[in-house]
Formats: sequence, C-alpha cells, structure tokens
Amino acid sequence: MTELKDLNTKEIPTWCPGCGDFMILASIKKAVADMNLNPSEVVVVSGIGCSAGLPHWIETYGFHSIHGRAIPVATGIKLANHGLTVIVVSGDGDGYGIGLNHLIHAMRRNLDITFIGHNNQIYGLTLGQTSPTSTQGAKTVSTPHGSIETPINPLSLGLASGATFVARGYAGNTTQLTDLIVKGTKHRGFALIDVFQPCVTWNKINTFDFFKQRVYDLNSEKFNTSDLNAAFSRCQELGERIPTGLFYQTETDTYSDDLPQLKEKPLVKQNITNVDIKSVLNKYK
Amino acid sequence: MILMKDFVNWKIGGEAGYGILSVGVMFGKFCTRNGLFAFNSSEFPSLVRGGHNTVQLIVKKTPALSQYFEVNLLVALNAETIEKHLNELSSDAAIIFDGKEIDIKKYKTKKSHVLIDIPLTEIAVRHGKKIMRNTVSLGASIALLGLEFDKLEQLIKEAFAGKKDALIPINIAAAKEGFNFIKNRNIKFNYQLKEQKQKNHIFINANDAFSLGAVKSGLKFVAEYPMTPSSSILSFMAAHELQYDIVVKQTEDEIAAMNMIIGGGFAGARSLTATSGGGFSLMVEALGLAGMTETPAVVVESQRPGPSTGLPTMTEQGDLMFALNASQGEFPRMIIAPGDVTEAFEAGLNSFNFAEKYQLLVLVLLDKYISEGNTTVKEFDYSKFKINRGKLLTKAPKNYLRYAFTSDGISPRVLPGTLGTVYKANGDEHNEKGVSDESEENRIKMMNKRMKKLDVLKKELPEPKLYGDKNAKISLIAWGSTKGIILEAINELQKQKIKVNFLHYNYVFPLKEKKLLELIKKSKKVLLVENNMTSQFGKLIAQETGILFKNKLLKYTGRQFYPHEIVNAVRKLK
Repeated sequence: MTELKDLNTKEIPTWCPGCGDFMILASIKKAVADMNLNPSEVVVVSGIGCSAGLPHWIETYGFHSIHGRAIPVATGIKLANHGLTVIVVSGDGDGYGIGLNHLIHAMRRNLDITFIGHNNQIYGLTLGQTSPTSTQGAKTVSTPHGSIETPINPLSLGLASGATFVARGYAGNTTQLTDLIVKGTKHRGFALIDVFQPCVTWNKINTFDFFKQRVYDLNSEKFNTSDLNAAFSRCQELGERIPTGLFYQTETDTYSDDLPQLKEKPLVKQNITNVDIKSVLNKYK
Repeated sequence: MILMKDFVNWKIGGEAGYGILSVGVMFGKFCTRNGLFAFNSSEFPSLVRGGHNTVQLIVKKTPALSQYFEVNLLVALNAETIEKHLNELSSDAAIIFDGKEIDIKKYKTKKSHVLIDIPLTEIAVRHGKKIMRNTVSLGASIALLGLEFDKLEQLIKEAFAGKKDALIPINIAAAKEGFNFIKNRNIKFNYQLKEQKQKNHIFINANDAFSLGAVKSGLKFVAEYPMTPSSSILSFMAAHELQYDIVVKQTEDEIAAMNMIIGGGFAGARSLTATSGGGFSLMVEALGLAGMTETPAVVVESQRPGPSTGLPTMTEQGDLMFALNASQGEFPRMIIAPGDVTEAFEAGLNSFNFAEKYQLLVLVLLDKYISEGNTTVKEFDYSKFKINRGKLLTKAPKNYLRYAFTSDGISPRVLPGTLGTVYKANGDEHNEKGVSDESEENRIKMMNKRMKKLDVLKKELPEPKLYGDKNAKISLIAWGSTKGIILEAINELQKQKIKVNFLHYNYVFPLKEKKLLELIKKSKKVLLVENNMTSQFGKLIAQETGILFKNKLLKYTGRQFYPHEIVNAVRKLK
C-alpha cells in the first residue's frame, strides 16, 4: 500500500506561503496514494518555473528539466518505458508559452501522459511578467499599460489538438482536483488538466477570492463529457461563472498501442545483446 | 603507344529528378560486385526538381579513398553538364551524350576526346520513360569500360524487386540496348576495367554505416527532425524499426528531438538523434541538460556550410568549435569525427558504450561529403564488439545516491522503475541525491566530479593514427572526413618521391596530445588541413597544447578537397 506519508520528502517546498501550488502538490500525492501506485514506478517531470520545483517534493522518481521541455523529456521516458506512470507538471509560461509546440503535438499523439498545467496567469518566478493566459488588460511589470493580447484558452486548444481527456481544476478545490488527477492518470491517453492556481504574490486579479465567487462544478449538472462541441462551448465560459471539472473524454488507441515494437515489452526491458545486423549489411554488397 | 589505364573517374550530370543519385549508387555497387573499389560524391542544389546535379564515381583496383578532380568519362544528360564540366576532362576522356538534344559542336571539345552520341532519349522512351536514360547510359558506360552486363541485370532486379516489379524488364532492356550500342561499335577508350577476385566488400556511406553500428550496439530509440545531410539516418532507422524493435519518432523540432532522447536515455534506452548545424543550434540548451543530469545521449551532427541556411546541400567542417562549446556552462562531452565509413560504423558501435559508461553526451561529427559519399570497403568487423553499459545497476543498493561521489567521477546508475528507491534528475546544480543544492562546497565537488569523467575517458581513448612514413620530415595533421583525400595525396606524393606522414584524429575531444607533440618535434614542416575557413581544429590544438600552426591548408568553398590540392600544397612547402 502506498500511503500519503510515503510520498513526503525531507525537502520542504520553497513556494510563497499560500501559493496554489501547495494544493496541487497535495492533490497529486493524494491521487498517487489513492491509486496505490508504487512511487518507484512513477516519474514526475517538470520544466522551469514555480511549478517545476514540484518533483522535488514528492517521493517518486523525478526529472526537473529545462524551460518548456518537460513534455519531450516525458515523451522519451514514456516511449522508453511505457510501464511507468508519467506525470508532467508545467505552468502557463512553461507549457502554454515556451513549450506550447510540444504540448500540441503531445496531445495529437495521444501519449499516455498526464499533463497538469499550473495556470496562475502570470510569470511568478521571474517576478511578475505577463503570461500567455494573462487576461487582456492585465497590468504586469512587462505590460504596465495593460496586456494587449488575447489569452490562450488551454481547454479549447486541447480539444482542437485532439486531446482525449480535457479537464479544468481549481487549486482551491483539492477534492475535485484529486479526482481529476486520478481520472486523468487512469485515462489511457493524453490527459490535459489545466488548473487555476492563484499566485498570491504577483496576480492581484485572479485571486482565490476571484475564483471562489465564480467556479462551479460542470459535472454536478447533466453534462455529456463525450460531446466535443458542448465541451468547446462550455470552456469558453470565462465570465461571471467559470466551469471546472471534466469537459471531454474519449477512448482511442494511445501512441504506444500503435507501436508493434512495444507489443511484447517496453524498450528498456528488451535484450540488446547479440543484435544480428548481417541481413541488412548484406544489402550493401 | 597508348597507355591503358585501369581506373576511371566517371561523372554523370543532369537536372534533379533525372535519377542521377540512384544510378550513381547502382554503378558503385556494380563495381563493388566486380571486385573493384568505388567512391562516389555528389553535388546538387537544394531542389527536388531541376537545377544542376552531378554524381561522380572513381573506380580503381585498389581502395578508392576520395573524390578526384579529373574526369575520364562524362555522361551528359543535359547541355549544362558539358558546359560546366568540360574543363574537368582528361585529354583522353569520353563524353556520352544524346546528339538529338545536345549540339556538341557548340563546345570546345578536344580532338583527343572520345565523343559518343547515343540516342538516350529515344531508347529510354521506347522501352518505358525518359527517366530511364540513366539506365541506358549506365549500360553504355560499363560496356565502354569493358565490364560484363550480367551483374547489372541482377542489380536492376534487386533495385525494383517487390514494389516496382514491372520496371525490371524494361530497365534491363534499356540498359542492355545502351550496352550493345557500344559493343556494336569499335570505340577505343583508354580506361578499361577488369573484374577482380570477389572480396566480400560492401558499398556504403557514413550515415548508413553509423546507423548499422548503432543498431548493432542496441539502439532502441531515435528522435529526429529531418535535415540535410543527416536525414537518411532517420529514414534508415524508420525502414528497420520493426525488424529491430526500435521506436523512431519524427519530432516537431530539434528541441523536442534532443529532449526526447534525454528522456529515453534517463529511462534506460540507448537513444539517438541526428541533425545538421541548424538543428543542432536548436538542441543547444538541452545539451547542457544531458551534461548536468549525466544522462547518456548520442547526437550525430552532419555538418554543412553555414552560417544560417548557408549552402544546404554542400559540405564543410565548420562546426567543430560550435560542437565543442555549445550550451552554457562547463560540462564534459566527447566528440568523435569519423574519417571514413569504417570509422563511422565504429562510431555507431561504440558511441553508446561511451555515453553509458561515462554518462555523458557523445557528439559524432560527420559532414555531407562523408554522410553521402558511398565507398567500397571490407565488410565491417564487429566480432569483438561487446555492449558496455558501465555502472548500470539492476537493483538499488541501500541508501542509494544517484550522483554519489566516486574516484572516477562516475556514479552508479539505476533506472526509473527500479524498486526500493527514487531519485531526481535535475538540471539545477544538485547534491548526490539529485536535490537542488547551491552551496559553494557542493558546487565545487559536483563540478569536479563531472569533469573528472573527461580525464578518465581521455586515458581510455587511443592516440590518433599515424599514416605514411614514420620518419618523414613533412607531416600533415587533420581530423574527420579529409582522411581519405589526404591518404590519396600521400600515395601520389610517394610516386613523386616526396615522403610525408599524416596524423589523423578520429577521436577529436578530449584531445590526445602525446603522438602529436612527438610528431611536431620530429617534423621539419607541418601542414594543418581543414575544410573550413578559420582552422577550428588548429584552435583546439592551440587551446589544449599551446601549439600554433604556421602552415594551414584551408578550403571553404562548400566543396571538399581534391587530392591534387593537398599534393600542390605540400610541394609548395618545400
């Protein structure tokens, strides 16, 4: 049995007191324990940013990589050993900015990876610049006169890119977030879980109070999570009421399912001694 | 008396899409099966159709190690071929052309040239399509050179077997007609080849040779974004992915490719990416990640002339300094620069052992000339090859530390999924456990630990190979793909009674200095030869030894050297 305490590390998170990242970490730990995953068979992969410290504070294997590249590193890990549970923790800068290209392609590939986007709509670690999800007009240190750009909507991007599991959590609701992480990890395919994660230091607009007044559970009403169009429509709802929960899920082959090379065993378990190259060499005669 | 010659330098020219590259490879294989040695090189613009393309093939009784300048048999599929290459012809060269398409009188051919007007298009179209002019001219070429037809028939069968069976009889018929066209006429041609005893040889280029070596060494994962001249590594791997259970991923960009192989290497699969300078530029940040996390990774960088897009289908040794210094900070890396296809095979075979044993980044520098230059060589010998995965443990010891300090700087490694432990791979400076640690004490220890691996690796590496006369007073020094050209030049110089030796670096970094220092002490004149503008290897030697070169032969036209350029430079040294 994997218990919550097994996932605790000696190291203590360095996030600002009250940061939404604490709740995401707690939810991931709870999900791993609830699923009874062996910590030695889980790899948490991060890039750079506030979210990226997370692998250090959960007692599983971890890879703290470089800015925006958690997804390709995770892709390599998953393709090399698809027996591992691979969770990517990223942020709105890391995942939706510098690393966006990888995210789109990972979604259309349907690799069996869980992506958790710590979306605080601001660059925290670099001290308060605008982010791809900052609301239009948001005043930050890099947009003192207000952000001009339309923010990225990670959910509609995921739906358009062929993600097979698209959800939104809120750091202030760890019960729901844990449930979404469990469902997303169990989902066979790419799970995009965007998480509203208030930055208590830099984002004075999208605060816990802001979300508390607006979020509601989409799945508490009769919502059909296999209806792509309905999911598209509901994820645009970002005004006075903001839905959270599972927006869309569909079952299809994962990338690994479609690789005959992986049918018998993961790459890392295959025997690499005595590879016979004679027949190929003969073609050059 | 006419002196008969037992070699030929054959060149075919025409537009892209004329099937020139494929016929060049077929001719090389044909010669190889005849027990002869061939070396091919090609020149083409960055186009799929049109432009001017040439393939050259030197064929000899003895090993053909490089391209040659002087052409003895020119096949002109368009007029431009004659216009552009007339000045390369030997005085007794032959030109095969179609008089209905090319007015040969317009060109200043010599009386001594053998002009052979063959209705290439008419024959090709009658048997099938115009593109088959390539096969007609190949049939004619082998007849002119005095070789038999049967082996060509077999090669055509093999080339089209399976998917394009219908093309077999028509191509054989077209080639045969080209062959008979020559046989039925009494044409005197000074260059005559003879079948030699079969020698179990292969005809292969460095990209394929490296790939085969990599497959043999247990490669399991390839992530690559296509870029000339490295792309054939991707297609080779994709073609064999099911045969060898290799996962081959064409990625969204080179950044993804490099980071994916870091993930693959971390998880324990022998992982490879290949690219050229532009793509390598995109990989740069991740190179340091491999260095910092001590993840084994192998990267092939097949160089082409930059900066920027530069000359995308041409060749240069222009990225050595870049490969040596790419990525911020200081971390160990290894650079191998194979000099020929056999060394490329060995690089494929051994790179993954080096990468896993030392848990570091291995860069293999090829270039267009060697990546695409097919060569007849002895079948590769891998009988002694053994996989060495270094300090890879299947079980985690108690209190396991991934980055434990050791005497050789190499820490025992367990793979994620190994039960009873966990650890973090971390791009931030970290302690033995992988946890971020910014203290001065830890920083110094960790930097020393990582760099220590380079010292240990350097001890294991062989000294560079010395070719030619040990006691010669003139020494040439070079690295990578200029090897064959210099060896051919040495042979020529020997005929001219000029004694020369040549130190060739296949393992470029960490740099072995002992033999170099001995040689420089002994030699009266030393010439550094590089296919770049700023003598990058010379800079590396200066950096490591303090030695500065007075004499340098540098070429940066986007083309590789010819042997006569080396010969002339050596003669001028006197």
